[in-house]
Amino acid sequence: MTVGRGVRRSSRRTLRGLTGGLVLFVGLEVLTRAELVSPTYLPPASAVVATTLAILVDPEFLQAVAGTLAGWGLGLIVASAIAIPLGLVLGWSWRGYRASTTAIELLRPIPSVALIPLAILLLGRGLDMRVALVAYASLWPILLNTIYGVRDVDPVARDTARAFGFGTLATLRRVSLPSAAPFMYTGVRVAAAVALIVAISAELVGGGSTPGIGTWMLERTQPGVDRELMYAGIVVAGLLGLGIDILMLAGERRLFGWHHRMRSVS
Amino acid sequence: MTSARIEVEHLGYRYAAGGAPALDDVSFSVGQGEFVSIVGPSGSGKTTLLRCVAGLAAPTSGEVRIDGVVVRDVPPGLALVFQDYGRSLFGWMTVHDNVDLPLRRRALSGEERQRRVASALAEVGLAGSAARYPWELSGGMQQRVAIARAVAYAPQILLMDEPFASVDAQTRSDLQDMALSVWRAHGSTVLFVTHDIDESVYLADRVVVLSPAPATVAAEIAVDLPRPRDQVETRAMPAFVTQRAAVARLIRRPGVGTP
Repeated sequence: MTVGRGVRRSSRRTLRGLTGGLVLFVGLEVLTRAELVSPTYLPPASAVVATTLAILVDPEFLQAVAGTLAGWGLGLIVASAIAIPLGLVLGWSWRGYRASTTAIELLRPIPSVALIPLAILLLGRGLDMRVALVAYASLWPILLNTIYGVRDVDPVARDTARAFGFGTLATLRRVSLPSAAPFMYTGVRVAAAVALIVAISAELVGGGSTPGIGTWMLERTQPGVDRELMYAGIVVAGLLGLGIDILMLAGERRLFGWHHRMRSVS
Repeated sequence: MTSARIEVEHLGYRYAAGGAPALDDVSFSVGQGEFVSIVGPSGSGKTTLLRCVAGLAAPTSGEVRIDGVVVRDVPPGLALVFQDYGRSLFGWMTVHDNVDLPLRRRALSGEERQRRVASALAEVGLAGSAARYPWELSGGMQQRVAIARAVAYAPQILLMDEPFASVDAQTRSDLQDMALSVWRAHGSTVLFVTHDIDESVYLADRVVVLSPAPATVAAEIAVDLPRPRDQVETRAMPAFVTQRAAVARLIRRPGVGTP
């Protein structure tokens, strides 16, 4: 019953989404075909779609996508590897948390793109620089969510573990870690979106010869290059962001469905 | 009372140094295999008292001894059932895994653990719910999972902190009888905190009545009712009515009966 209703609701939502996309497509098409907007600025939507399909089988472009995803993924892994253990310690120890808040609040507001020149100076224009910047930007949402998650562990749950003879480490592993895990995942999900922005920004500003969507687009700003290519690049970057978000949300629902159901019951 | 299992001696507790004490001077003891209720007005420090017995809170003065040994940390062979079953059960684990978790700390074989979990769940009438998650169950069923978890652990001492305070009346009587049958079957020593006077008399061998905070023991009343107890028959006995009234009077006018 509820499942049927859920499916119907989600299919209705899909239908609405498709309608919206279609209206946008037709609107852009009419706008450009009627030359209400100069085709020099905005090529017809159909031409952009055709070019997008073409570059999706172009090995050079695919290499660029792989390059961006490498910077994105490695940066996220580095950030998680630092932020999760650090967050566990800071969330667990009140003194550690108090000692670190000043440092965190000083470093966190630095926009990661402002660090690009420094990163280029230290690490060059290759993958290392991109990974470092992505890691820096991704660190904060993961760290803060982990700290919050550990601090949010229910004292009754912790007392329960203690009463059954669990020591500090066992309580941390058996209770604090699993009950903070949904928060950590949320941190990683938020970081994943930020990471894509930073990865492409670093490519755009850094340039260099390492493949990436940003560098690929930068090369297509030369005079005489087809404008459709630029729009196709933007479309793919957008689809990448959308795809990452959908996958991360699906993973959250699958892994941590219990968390939301537990919260909504109590 | 031949051998005292739990001895609480001049126990005092204050939340902050210099702050108002929650427990002033509480002394009583619980014998091996005894079922003792602790009843008192709300805010009389009942939960704090239980936390001190469980080794989860350190008393400001006085001491708790279990089998003659002063409690400084959580003593082995002790299980605690909380009022907040929803917060005490782990939402990321199935009912089976919740009951199994404390057993992992003990040197038990896989089959033995399996056997204990299955029999504890059967004992509380949840044999068919092992694969479900706590949040899929009603409040009464969740509290049964918490009791099954304590039962499977086979504690020598079972501490219960207002375990039936947040379930409806019918479920409460079912759970009371279940607690009694579990106690009878396992011979553990039970310390049962409640603010429900009827419940304290119905369940226990002895009722320890606390005064309002800062708490002292207002009186100890031996419950002279035959076992097994019955929700209808026992509660209709004149002795039940008398003893219930005695406890109620003490709670309403504390200080009466204080030595």
